[in-house]
Amino acid sequence: MGKQLNVALIGNPNTGKTSVFNALTGLNQKVGNYPGVTVDKKQGVCKLSRGVKANVLDLPGTYSLNASSLDENVVIELLLNKNDKDYPDVAIIVSDVETLKRNLLLFTQIKDLKIPTILVINMSDLMQRKGIELDIKFLETKLHTKIALVSTRKNTGIEELKQLIEGFKTISIETCLDTTLIDKDYFQSLQKAFPNQDIYKLWLVITQDANFGKITRQELDISRFKTKSNQELKRLQQKEAIKRYQFINNILKDGQTIDRSKATGLRSKLDRVLIHKVWGYVIFFLVLLTIFQAIYDWATLPMDLIDTNFASLAEWVKNSFPGGGKVTDLVAEGVISGIGGIVIFIPQIAFLFLFISILEESGYMSRVVFLMDRVMRRYGLSGKSLVPLISGTACAIPAVMATRNIENWKERLITILVVPFTTCSARLPVYLIIIALVIPEGSIIGLSYQALTLMALYLLGFGMAIFSAYVLDRVLKTKHKTFFVVEMPNYKLPLIKNVIITVIEKTKTFVFEAGKIILAISVILWIMASYGPDDKFYNAESYVKQSSELQSTDDYNDQIAAYKLEHSYIGIVGKTIEPLIRPLGYDWKVGIGIVASFAAREVFVGTLATIYSVQGDQEDTIKERMANEVREDGQPLFGLASGISLMIFYAFAMQCMSTLAVVKKETNSWKWPILQLIIMTLIAYFSALIVYQIIS
Amino acid sequence: MRFTIADLKKGEKGIITDSSSEDIPLKLLEMGCLPGNEVHLLQLAPFSDPMYLNVNDSFLAIRKETAGLIIIEKVNG
Repeated sequence: MGKQLNVALIGNPNTGKTSVFNALTGLNQKVGNYPGVTVDKKQGVCKLSRGVKANVLDLPGTYSLNASSLDENVVIELLLNKNDKDYPDVAIIVSDVETLKRNLLLFTQIKDLKIPTILVINMSDLMQRKGIELDIKFLETKLHTKIALVSTRKNTGIEELKQLIEGFKTISIETCLDTTLIDKDYFQSLQKAFPNQDIYKLWLVITQDANFGKITRQELDISRFKTKSNQELKRLQQKEAIKRYQFINNILKDGQTIDRSKATGLRSKLDRVLIHKVWGYVIFFLVLLTIFQAIYDWATLPMDLIDTNFASLAEWVKNSFPGGGKVTDLVAEGVISGIGGIVIFIPQIAFLFLFISILEESGYMSRVVFLMDRVMRRYGLSGKSLVPLISGTACAIPAVMATRNIENWKERLITILVVPFTTCSARLPVYLIIIALVIPEGSIIGLSYQALTLMALYLLGFGMAIFSAYVLDRVLKTKHKTFFVVEMPNYKLPLIKNVIITVIEKTKTFVFEAGKIILAISVILWIMASYGPDDKFYNAESYVKQSSELQSTDDYNDQIAAYKLEHSYIGIVGKTIEPLIRPLGYDWKVGIGIVASFAAREVFVGTLATIYSVQGDQEDTIKERMANEVREDGQPLFGLASGISLMIFYAFAMQCMSTLAVVKKETNSWKWPILQLIIMTLIAYFSALIVYQIIS
Repeated sequence: MRFTIADLKKGEKGIITDSSSEDIPLKLLEMGCLPGNEVHLLQLAPFSDPMYLNVNDSFLAIRKETAGLIIIEKVNG
């Protein structure tokens, strides 16, 4: 049996920390959650020699141990709690070769906690091109560490890093900085009070507003040391930063030479175009346009394929196990239709995450933040709100979490509240199927009407988000203090491996999380549709009279099926709310879909599929079944007016329990999610009402 | 005349002399906005806000409001 050792990967954002993690662990990783917070916890196993396994934890990117966000709190909470099961035996600081100086600030902080620390200098393949030379032996001695030169792009240095991890016991735990130098009197009295504690750890416990776990709190009653005002503490923290940079600059003066004339002008060349006052915006708009046109075109093919295949699978199950009775019905009509409703999402979600991760990895996303900050601020948002708003086009849940790096609370709250208006992928199946039904084919200047409608819906959601932000900015009263620091990383060609892993991870999480809900609801719906409260359901035959002898048996059977559905439990629910939704152009079956959608909107198509398959033929696809639906007056149910009204309803309504739960977690109050639910749904109802009444 | 980063024009440089204002986020100091370091203003977004600068080997964008708190000495050339 091999023994396990804990390794923590720590580093600034954009240093390729995740690439190092991927290189160490391969696909051998899992994403979980830290208890109590919704920060992704990425863990993986790295095989070292002689059966030794390292448990590698990829901590959220941070510039310093002075945390200013929930993500950064996670780092410091782990490093200050020796009892945590993930407390590292060895820490790896990942720096890139160009920002070594700044990364060393974090490095010296970790060292001062007396944790054995390895320094990884990533992107070492760029050293020559950038004119950088490093005296590794010198740096190792001065920094009391071991250094691994790694290039995740060229795949070099990883084996050496693994060897260093294995030999972690030989790494010095000498500190870099004498903390007491910051303020002699204060720190000496602090040390006297807690002679057994590490002084830098004490200082962090005093300055950081993080949850250090019961043990640390009891162990260290620091309350009587809170003698200094926040202003004084901040001044000491600034002094700490100055001291650290003095230490670092002293070492780099001899350990690093940079020939600045060699620095390539790629950054400035690209910046000149990509954040140009005119071209920057034009390019950004084109990027968005490309994404939407591409998603619509590329994803439809696999989606149609999935739709058809699931329809035939259900048919096959039904025919192959005719003796199964209720069980076969449940599998064919409930479970398979339900799973089909999940699987059909995969192409689009994967594409969206693909684009988002390429934009992030390449460094372009920060440029968009820079371009848009001023514009967004007019609406009470921040340039950083753009990343959540764009991620929101995939799913509001990661988008709400992505607001964490917005330093200003008001801007962050507004972003959280308006993000659910952006068109998430769960709305897509609803849009796609309705567009296919009611928007004619054909095109104008190469763009199909259907794609343009979809684009318009995205813009509508985005516009609504911006508009509500504007209103909220006027309504919410909080003290406005601006905090906005964005790093503009180097442009990089995205690493295919990173992009693929992100796409797989995100899609998997989404499908499983949403999938559980969708599947459960499909089964419940099927049961509600297959049973009824009274005789009208069970003896439909005696209530439906064969109207004339000319009527075929098929028609008669359909009529009975419809009658049964109407008197099932679900039919009763739908009929009850029908008066409320009739002015919007829907019938009671659509009503059932809408009610079910309040759990998660993606169940809409699956719900209709379940309802119609209980009622009708198996071999039709969902689309065909919907197209065949008619009103009492013989008009198709999904016409232009009702179709658009339905899309508007879905565009604005807050139909996602998981999002509400995340909003509750992130705002730490029920007030915001409840307000969100009520207000968004009212907006949805009345907009859909107006639209339907005007068009029809 | 007292200069701040907000007074820099595109392409100009300055040396930070004071960044002790309480309203400057600690993160900015830790990224290198400390006395003695050189600031190079690389680009401006429309309406000169935010400002894109290079300081301490870091490339950052900050708002004009914050930039106005960091006092500098202009460097000629």
